[in-house]
Amino acid sequence: MMIAVLASSMSMLGSTLLPISGPMAAVNWHSVLFLLFAAVACACAVAVVLADNVVRMAFYLVLSLASTAGLFFLAGAEFVGAMQLMIYVGGTLVLLVFGVMLTAQAPFVAIKTSSSDRVLAGMVGAALLAVLLQAAFRVEPWRRPAVAAEAAPAATPIGMALLGVRVDEPAAGVPAAAVRSGYLLPFEIVSIHLLVVLVGAAYLARAKRRRTPRAIDVAASSVGPVVEARQAARSSASALVSGGGR
Amino acid sequence: MADFLINTVGLPEWLAWTVTAFVAAALILNVIAGGALVFIWAERKIAARIQDRLGPTRTGGRFGWLQSLADGIKLLAKEDLMPEGADGMLFRLAPYISFCASFCAFIALPFAFDFVGQRLNVGVFFVVAVLGLEVFGVILAGYASASKWSLFGAMREAAQVVSYEVPLGMCVVVPVMLAGSMDLVTIGEKQAGWFTGWYLFHDPFTFVIFWVYVTCAVASVNRAPFDLAEAESELVAGFHTEYSGLRWSFFFMAEYGSMFLVSALAAVLFMGGWNGPIPVATLLGLSEGTGDTANYFVRLIGCGNLVLKATLGVLLMMWVRWTLPRLRIDQVMTTCLKYCTPIAAAMFAGAMLWQLAFPGGIVRGLSRPAGEIREGWLEGPGGLPVGRGTLMRKSAAAGSSELLAEPLADAKSEAGIDSQNVVQVVP
Repeated sequence: MMIAVLASSMSMLGSTLLPISGPMAAVNWHSVLFLLFAAVACACAVAVVLADNVVRMAFYLVLSLASTAGLFFLAGAEFVGAMQLMIYVGGTLVLLVFGVMLTAQAPFVAIKTSSSDRVLAGMVGAALLAVLLQAAFRVEPWRRPAVAAEAAPAATPIGMALLGVRVDEPAAGVPAAAVRSGYLLPFEIVSIHLLVVLVGAAYLARAKRRRTPRAIDVAASSVGPVVEARQAARSSASALVSGGGR
Repeated sequence: MADFLINTVGLPEWLAWTVTAFVAAALILNVIAGGALVFIWAERKIAARIQDRLGPTRTGGRFGWLQSLADGIKLLAKEDLMPEGADGMLFRLAPYISFCASFCAFIALPFAFDFVGQRLNVGVFFVVAVLGLEVFGVILAGYASASKWSLFGAMREAAQVVSYEVPLGMCVVVPVMLAGSMDLVTIGEKQAGWFTGWYLFHDPFTFVIFWVYVTCAVASVNRAPFDLAEAESELVAGFHTEYSGLRWSFFFMAEYGSMFLVSALAAVLFMGGWNGPIPVATLLGLSEGTGDTANYFVRLIGCGNLVLKATLGVLLMMWVRWTLPRLRIDQVMTTCLKYCTPIAAAMFAGAMLWQLAFPGGIVRGLSRPAGEIREGWLEGPGGLPVGRGTLMRKSAAAGSSELLAEPLADAKSEAGIDSQNVVQVVP
């Protein structure tokens, strides 16, 4: 995974090597690196499906997502690449933790997939691939050979657009008023949405407090807050231990 | 360096870039590995002094300074063991994943103005994101070892790192906001001059949030008092219980590499990066553009400055480690969720309001004019500032999309961006 990131960064070091001269002029190094990352991403994606251990699946998923991040870095989209690393690769971390916790009952549980499931999944996958391929080949500019595109530093225009100021060049035929407003409203909507989710998660996850106090708590009411805090701490600690322990 | 190889040595371009990349990688590797040797020795000595002992005294002369080298040879000669029930592939890979995460984060870290593996537009973000991936190695190691001590350690580590990323991110955002850029090189550049220009002394809020950052950084690299993942008094050795020899030492190299990294990040974000407390180079008249040799000299000094600051940060972590007792897991969570996160959030809001009220800064206003700082928040490609006023005025007056894009296009051509960031689309 990290090797993929490393190689992508190195490829960025070499991103100015476009006008290649000399004996290696025939080799397009961007294509080589692109094919490398694409191959790793695809192979690991297949490995996710074929692996029979949850943790290994998560590990292959991490590799696949990290190579996708490498592709983003290769295309000069640094912000998207870093986002990919933080959100998807980092998010798989939680998946991994759940995998460990679920399989912790007996180590290295193998998950068997029935052959009918494999056939069904293969059909769905093939259908999706067909649709995507057809859509991809329909896009006119993508069928032309090797066009040099300009990659601007990614973070500033994105940040400005989210604040409501577009500094990038709008596409032809788009009215100026639509461009000028940027993405402030969608950004705010998504932010509020995430905040609500955060509050909801915190509410669901917090320790339930007992309604009727036990006799021992009443007796110890002079040091009430301390006892309560200790209980809360103990319950959260024991939840963690019992979750990860067996 | 690539230009030098192409123009002076006469290598073909692709070879020149490959050599440049490998040299950068080798230098970073040496910083991590060599740093680990020095820091392990320093840790032994500091631990010993704090506990009123002498520490290593014999190996390699008076101060035992060859002790870590002897340790390294011992580790190389150790038998490489793997538990019988372990998941072989993951068990073997885990140390390298940890090490690679630590290594990759160094790519975007500037050691001086131009001494950076790869200058990234989103450097801060990249470093924080990659640093968070180090925990993968620990979790995989804990799981694959098929040992309950390892699994306990890994789960604790997961809970701790995921929690501490939140306040850490908030602390990191404040210098980004003040500098108006996520580029680590730009952030370091903005703090040039006297030490009063450092973001640590920008306002009271940044001073407080620096210490929150220190706390979170210690927690995120698993150093005591937050070293629950290895907790040798409860969990034998935590996630690396089953490891021995070279694989084990990779975990340690990753740990010391990360310690150095978060300290260097603190130096760049809050303590002026490669700018010393007193601008010696400027006082001597050695500024940018004096000449290649002078430039190089200035950058070497800057590199020394940064390494010194980062080393001080690492020594601070060691001091803390051997002074404070380990926290319980609930105390770790309390520290993060009840103290660090709210304090970081409040300080973030405070720093924002301060920036609104005193755009030039109080202390900072003495050393440089106020207007200079604000303009940087909207930067064109290649670090060239685009005047915000012109952009807004043009877009408002004309309402035309062509005019809106004009300053940016100008800035691009001026910065020579065409030759810099052109990416070929693969057919």
